Amino acid sequence: MTCTAGISVQGLSKAFNGTTILNGIDLTIAPGERIVIIGPSGTGKSTLLRCLNFLDRPEAGTIRVGDLSVDAAHASKTDILALRRRTSFVFQNYALFANKTAKQNIMEALVVVKKMPQAEAERRALAILGEIGLSDKADAYPASLSGGQQQRVGIGRAMALEAELMLFDEPTSALDPEWVGEVLELMRRVAAQHQTMLIVTHEMQFAREIADKVIFMEGGRIVEQGPPSQIFDAPQDPRTREFLRRLG
Amino acid sequence: MPGLDTQYMLDLLPVLLKNLPLTLFMAFVGMGFALILASLLAIVRIVRLPVADQMVVVFISFFRGTPLLVQLFLFYYGLPQVMSFLTAIDGVTATIMGLTLHFSAYMAESIRAAIVGVDRSQWEAAESIGMTRSQMMRRIILPQAGRIAAPTLVNYFIDMIKSTSLAFTLGVTEMMGAAQKEAAGSFRYFEAFLDVALIYWVIVEILSFLQRRLEARLNKAFAR
Repeated sequence: MTCTAGISVQGLSKAFNGTTILNGIDLTIAPGERIVIIGPSGTGKSTLLRCLNFLDRPEAGTIRVGDLSVDAAHASKTDILALRRRTSFVFQNYALFANKTAKQNIMEALVVVKKMPQAEAERRALAILGEIGLSDKADAYPASLSGGQQQRVGIGRAMALEAELMLFDEPTSALDPEWVGEVLELMRRVAAQHQTMLIVTHEMQFAREIADKVIFMEGGRIVEQGPPSQIFDAPQDPRTREFLRRLG
Repeated sequence: MPGLDTQYMLDLLPVLLKNLPLTLFMAFVGMGFALILASLLAIVRIVRLPVADQMVVVFISFFRGTPLLVQLFLFYYGLPQVMSFLTAIDGVTATIMGLTLHFSAYMAESIRAAIVGVDRSQWEAAESIGMTRSQMMRRIILPQAGRIAAPTLVNYFIDMIKSTSLAFTLGVTEMMGAAQKEAAGSFRYFEAFLDVALIYWVIVEILSFLQRRLEARLNKAFAR
């Protein structure tokens, strides 16, 4: 492993209208590592993910993905585009392009961002549709898909970027319970491909099973982090203990 | 109906229809320019371009706040007085100018509303995969905004076709002007203007049909 592999975040801070949401987040992610972030609502978990993709603009801090290092305070348009192309994002509400079919949703990043020839992009998109188990829905528009199917396309679209880091922002929170299983199953398969993943979720059983490392966040800070066995079975910090106790 | 000379109406139809191309020419050219101008105005408003934004607000306010007929008279009779290079302007050009400015003011607002009305998640998803601003507008936002704006824009186009009839007040012999001339000779005003009304009605009905087809097509992606 070279010194530029993996991802590191240093001193990432973000405020909305004077309220601090992220308060100096430091984070290191090894290649292929799967990290799950847990914590109470409104503690900045989603904001952290969104800042890593510059959907929200952090005020300070450094984000390094491989050999790309971005200083949040002075990030140029080019920096932001480069960062977005090396991180992919799975949204809570799927956010599929409503005017594009499932196949086109996946092709979009390939054709427009990666400048792949149309035919090649189509082959790749069909292969991804196979992986996410939706080959028969290639020409379906998002509005005609179930929530679970839409989120699988959302994951497929993110997979197409072949990003060094995949960000999952509560990917099952908007789903009817009947669709949660198929989305988690797909995420397990993505993980099996040694994809580096940063996941915000409330699915604790899933977190315990998939995570190499679990991070507990509260009040815009990382309170505690460690392997799932430590966080779930022997939490050190009283706030972690309190959070897990309330979950039952 | 006693007194209604249907034979005269039938005979007059082809005479009036000879001027239909001019009516359609003014409407289509006016619509083309109005769409371009309205898109520019909408973009200035959305990105809140300093100074230009305020100017656009005044522009829209004026052209929505005053009658089209008054605007046409201002361009055709008024402006050449103060700007001598405009003396060469003919009635058709003045009409197209007036229609363009007048309707672009309305259309700018509906285009702006349509763009802003595209769900935030669509902007974010486009950003998240690393699209540039122009790729995002071209491939994701504008196609969806077009669907939202299409019904209103077609309505403005229908309105614009009917408004071309005002060109006759600038001495342009379009359908209305032709009917006026014919009726002045035959004194059959009712028949002549009824003919004009029927022609407009048929054109608008055809457009309404096309509008429904267009909307069905645009909504295809959104059907459950």
